[in-house]
Amino acid sequence: MTSTTARPGPRRVPRWVGNVGWAVLAWAVALAFFTPVLWMAITAFKPESAAETWPPQFIFKPTLAEFRLAITGMGPFLVHSIIATVGSTVLVLLLGVPAAYALSVYPVRAWRDGLFFFISTKMLPIVAVIGPLYVIALHAHLLDSLGLLIILYTAMNLPLAIWMIRSFMLEVPNELLEAARLDGAGRVREMGSVILPVISPGLVSTALICMIFAWNELFLALNLTVTNAATMPMFLISSVPQEGLYIAHLSAAALIASIPVIIIGWLAQRSLVRGLSMGAIK
Amino acid sequence: MTVVEDLAVPPRTEVLPRGMGRRERWLRRLPLLPALIYVVVVTQIPFVVTLWYSFQNYFWDQPGGAHFTGLSNYKTVFTSPTFRGSLVRSVVMTVTAVIVAMILGVALAVLLDRKFFGRGVARTLVITPFLVMPAAAALVWAGPMLDPNFGLLNYLLAPFGVHHVAWLSTHALGSVIVVMIWQWTPFMTLIVLAGLQSQPTETLEAAKVDGAGALATFRELTLPHLRPYIELGILLGSIYLVNVFDAVRLMTNGGPGTSTTNLPFYLYQEVNNAFDVGGAAAAGVVTVILTIIVASFALRMFARVFQFEEARA
Repeated sequence: MTSTTARPGPRRVPRWVGNVGWAVLAWAVALAFFTPVLWMAITAFKPESAAETWPPQFIFKPTLAEFRLAITGMGPFLVHSIIATVGSTVLVLLLGVPAAYALSVYPVRAWRDGLFFFISTKMLPIVAVIGPLYVIALHAHLLDSLGLLIILYTAMNLPLAIWMIRSFMLEVPNELLEAARLDGAGRVREMGSVILPVISPGLVSTALICMIFAWNELFLALNLTVTNAATMPMFLISSVPQEGLYIAHLSAAALIASIPVIIIGWLAQRSLVRGLSMGAIK
Repeated sequence: MTVVEDLAVPPRTEVLPRGMGRRERWLRRLPLLPALIYVVVVTQIPFVVTLWYSFQNYFWDQPGGAHFTGLSNYKTVFTSPTFRGSLVRSVVMTVTAVIVAMILGVALAVLLDRKFFGRGVARTLVITPFLVMPAAAALVWAGPMLDPNFGLLNYLLAPFGVHHVAWLSTHALGSVIVVMIWQWTPFMTLIVLAGLQSQPTETLEAAKVDGAGALATFRELTLPHLRPYIELGILLGSIYLVNVFDAVRLMTNGGPGTSTTNLPFYLYQEVNNAFDVGGAAAAGVVTVILTIIVASFALRMFARVFQFEEARA
């Protein structure tokens, strides 16, 4: 409100004061939320002796020593995580794109039931079946294998991906589809030459969201893998020793494990909203 | 720019062609089948197996395998104070975290919606906690942040008379909930921010011209507009937060005692420490039944939330 307002009362504070106050407040809150991440990053560059002091040190000679220490032995975990993440995401897209198509472009009768069936599986807690899942995996000789993680991560992300891809397919302009049909394109060609190219940015967002969830997953990995398929969250846990100083070491490992997803999330902020709301928010 | 789109409206083409031929019906079903079969097999079969094991006496560490015991596992579950306690704790943790995260999320979204110097960077900082690997977040909070002897939090709170508090022993449940809130507030912020940005500016201008104060405008116009977004955030947040495991396992290991043991951690312990597959399965079945009851309400809410814009248009 400006000073021309007819309302009586004390003179309002000038606009710029309000603006600066707003900016200061917003920045303070943003920094408060970011502090633990910042602290993790700072601690990661400390030598262990500087990480465990009172009061905490803010000035110190940065070192990469803890990073060097942390990455020794990380290789297999990293490879497993990449395989499980990429493998499950590819499988999600292979299954999800046709399914989303059957729920949007040429819909089946019960498309609504289909949509809600998929989302309902997301609500059933996987923790409830972990014992039997272990037994099934044992008998199927899948325990501690990347195949098992890929199978489970695909099931975990597929409902979300179907909802999301469907929302992108609903946005393909009708004129494009009709033009393709007039040209005599069959459904397969329509899919390949019209729908897929138009929704490809959407598919990228979908893939990113699936990768974030698969990369961060701990519960299944912890219960169903030991060494042959242990992923980055497992690596992180193994970096916490039972005894001795570990805070700088842990921070370095945590930073390494988190950084891929942090960067992906920073770059894809828009897709993030859409993906997390399952395509509901554009 | 951003709208809640109705995902549950009839699809784009040939909505319900009457007299659709048999061939056409199967042609349409075909692309759906792989995903449908996949999800049914991978998510439903373990539940059937769980149901079977819930009537079996089966311990990892005992020879002889599984044998039928009737309802005894269920009797154990219902008489177990640990199960009841973890059920209550799950509800408390989820509800507290979701509500506080949503309140903070709305406040942050309002702060970040207005233009100010460096807004883009500030937004990026705010969403970062959500992107940190949950296991990393739990460990960083448990160590560098909350350590009684050299944790940053005690240092920051020292001017307020806080001295070397061992947060994870004295305020274990609160500490875990704080981490849950810290990780999920950005999620709520993102969703509410999308809602704020979709609010038509003309309405706000009109309210201003009519002399409405900022608070009144927010209460009378913005909040009702945000409602479907808030509902969506609460719904999705609950789905994820009720399953929180990493923070419990890595910060407190369910303790001290069982003071932070929620359902996921309880079930994990039954299998991994007590080796009791039958008991865990029975607890799992009870959990699933409770989830189905809650989820049936949630699904109805889902349908409503996703239809909101359509109903208005």
